[in-house]
Amino acid sequence: MEGRFFTTTLNEILSWGRKFSLFQYPFVTACCGMEYMSAACAHFDLDRFGAGWTRFSPRQADMLLVVGTVTQKLAPVLKTVYDQMTEPKWVVAFGTCAVSGGIYDNYAVVQGIDQIIPVDVYIPGCPPRPETVLDALVKLQEKIKKQEQEWRWKRRKS
Amino acid sequence: MPTRIEREARPGSLLLNMGPSHPAMHGTIRIMLELDGEKILNSEVEVGYLHRGFEKTCENRTYFNLLPYTDRLNYVSPLINNLGYVMTLEKMLGIEVPRRAQLIRVLMSELSRISDHLTCLAAMAMECGAFTVFLYKIKAREFIWDVIEWTTGARMTTSYIRIGGVKADLHPDYQPALEKAISETRGVLKDVHGLLDKNKIFLNRTRDIAVMKPEEAINFGWTGPCLRSTGVYYDVRKAHPYLVYDELDFEVPLGERGDNFDRYLVRMREMEQSLRIIEQVMAQLPASPPELMAEGLEPAQAIKEARRQRPEKPIRLSPNLEGAEKSRYPEILASDPRYVIPPKEDVYTSIEGLISHFKFFMKGHGIRPPKGEVYFAVEGGNGELGFYIVSDGTDKPYRLHLRAPCFHIVSALEFLIKGHMVADVIPTFGSMNMIGGELDR
Amino acid sequence: MEEAEILRRLKNRFPQAVQETLVSLGMDVAIINKEALFEVMEFLKAKPQDYAMLLDLTCVDYLGEEPRFEMVYHLFSLSSNRRLRIKARLSEKDLKIASLTPLWKNANWLEREVYDLFGVEFIGHPDLRRIFMYDGFEGYPLRKDYPLRLRQPRLKFRK
Repeated sequence: MEGRFFTTTLNEILSWGRKFSLFQYPFVTACCGMEYMSAACAHFDLDRFGAGWTRFSPRQADMLLVVGTVTQKLAPVLKTVYDQMTEPKWVVAFGTCAVSGGIYDNYAVVQGIDQIIPVDVYIPGCPPRPETVLDALVKLQEKIKKQEQEWRWKRRKS
Repeated sequence: MPTRIEREARPGSLLLNMGPSHPAMHGTIRIMLELDGEKILNSEVEVGYLHRGFEKTCENRTYFNLLPYTDRLNYVSPLINNLGYVMTLEKMLGIEVPRRAQLIRVLMSELSRISDHLTCLAAMAMECGAFTVFLYKIKAREFIWDVIEWTTGARMTTSYIRIGGVKADLHPDYQPALEKAISETRGVLKDVHGLLDKNKIFLNRTRDIAVMKPEEAINFGWTGPCLRSTGVYYDVRKAHPYLVYDELDFEVPLGERGDNFDRYLVRMREMEQSLRIIEQVMAQLPASPPELMAEGLEPAQAIKEARRQRPEKPIRLSPNLEGAEKSRYPEILASDPRYVIPPKEDVYTSIEGLISHFKFFMKGHGIRPPKGEVYFAVEGGNGELGFYIVSDGTDKPYRLHLRAPCFHIVSALEFLIKGHMVADVIPTFGSMNMIGGELDR
Repeated sequence: MEEAEILRRLKNRFPQAVQETLVSLGMDVAIINKEALFEVMEFLKAKPQDYAMLLDLTCVDYLGEEPRFEMVYHLFSLSSNRRLRIKARLSEKDLKIASLTPLWKNANWLEREVYDLFGVEFIGHPDLRRIFMYDGFEGYPLRKDYPLRLRQPRLKFRK
């Protein structure tokens, strides 16, 4: 009984800490990068949600923000970056090109990054307005809150 | 696959990869450097990570359908790409554009040019460490995007400039918003001049780095602000004037030394000249009165008022066309029914309008230019943006090729950074304004 | 006439190589044989013609016609402020043409792009390899017989 109370409280504290201090890795490729810049700057601030610090190294980041079109040439690079990130990690697909290939249905574009890596939140729009980006960030924070934070001692038991 | 630099590398040197996903927010490009300590001996640039098959896709879409694809080429100044494509097609078809539409096109294209230069210099300054400059410039860009959004409906990728004119007239209240954008941009430019022009750190990082001589620049095919920073006077708006540029009074700033600092300074001065153009155009563009007449009433009150037998105030509710009403058509679009969508009031109320709308969009009909080819260039944010269209008489282009200005500029990067240090790559690359959508198409 | 001055000079200098000259929509066009390309370009780049800038270099695929491919060059002269278009036809069996890299430095990347997307080989190019598509891509995407949606994925897809 005590163990369960202990783990759920610690779960809440840990998820509170994780969701309000997301270190993002912006994998910027195309036009959506401009709206990402707008969302991160003064008018629509990402910093108020705690996600303002961009860490340009996969090891130090926990949120991979794939912004813009991913082509077949770039796909192995994306997979490498995703593999190099340490747990826990979340992936956000920003813009329709990352969600499903967008208006480009041809020989050179990957039709959605969920063909390569698992995605947590999808943001549609071409490009999405910054308010949509902030809404997606809030949804991601709610998702983190509901998730079970992994425990080393718990995993050792099972 | 052994790249060229791996094959040519000397023993004892270090190969460094600035990979496709790197923090200099220019998109995806890969620069491989061969270093001796910090000095660059050799380098190789690999592009193509954003090749989205624009030219091949255009061969499968009708001339009208491929307008949104042209937006996403140089995505920091999308209206200029729209303009380039549409003017190429108008040259081929021989369409006359009404004067108000030409003035609106000039206004939108100068706003896009300012937004392009703001973004380029903001990113360049941020990578040199001046984070404040980045925030100030993006703030100014937001005000410009507000003006664009009120008229066109979208902040960035608008598809606003159409064949024969523009899609809709300016917003009735556009003048206060535009004046605010102009004053904010002027304030930001003054602040940034004060922050960076005499800043010892910025000067040390950009003065006399990556110097380009004028003959070399012409040999590389450079155009635009980068060419003008070396001292060569070539601007498509002055050399082959299009729209109303020959009536407007503006200067073309030139640099002297062709280094990074000159490229920065030429762009800053070009923004001031663009603001001058916008003010001159604004004086000739009176805001047209709103179609909707509801004199300060709330929408629900306006509807109730309109239903009265004897209304007390003059009420006429607009069918929500936001500038594209039939009464505005003669001023904003050419009157040729073969190339222009008929007004919606006609389409939904008369059979002739419906038929002409249908024939415009039906597969195999619509815009069918005569057989032949055409090349036309406008002054983009980076230089001469040219479109080469080959038509075979059907409603889809047979071949559409884009002359991308930054393709030629970036092809000189390997030549420019030889002999400099690793840290010089960043301001050099930033001052070139590489846009992935245009470089890789 | 001032417009056709450069075309007249070209015809006088290379009578066999120039097949046709015309003025199309305000632009001077000259169609030449592909063997004479390098000499014609050298002549045009030198003074007094002074076409110092190579604006663009591209290729068009006319599937069904013989010869199939057509190379299109756009040149620009800053001193006389004029553009010029040069076209040369290539047949599919002999898809080679002289490279312009000794004259203009941006021809390097432009010719790599045409090689990558169409398969035209440039004799004398220092480093002819793919630029837009990745190494290992088979085929030449912009040819008319390459289908639009033929994808060659590099990674195994999930699900």
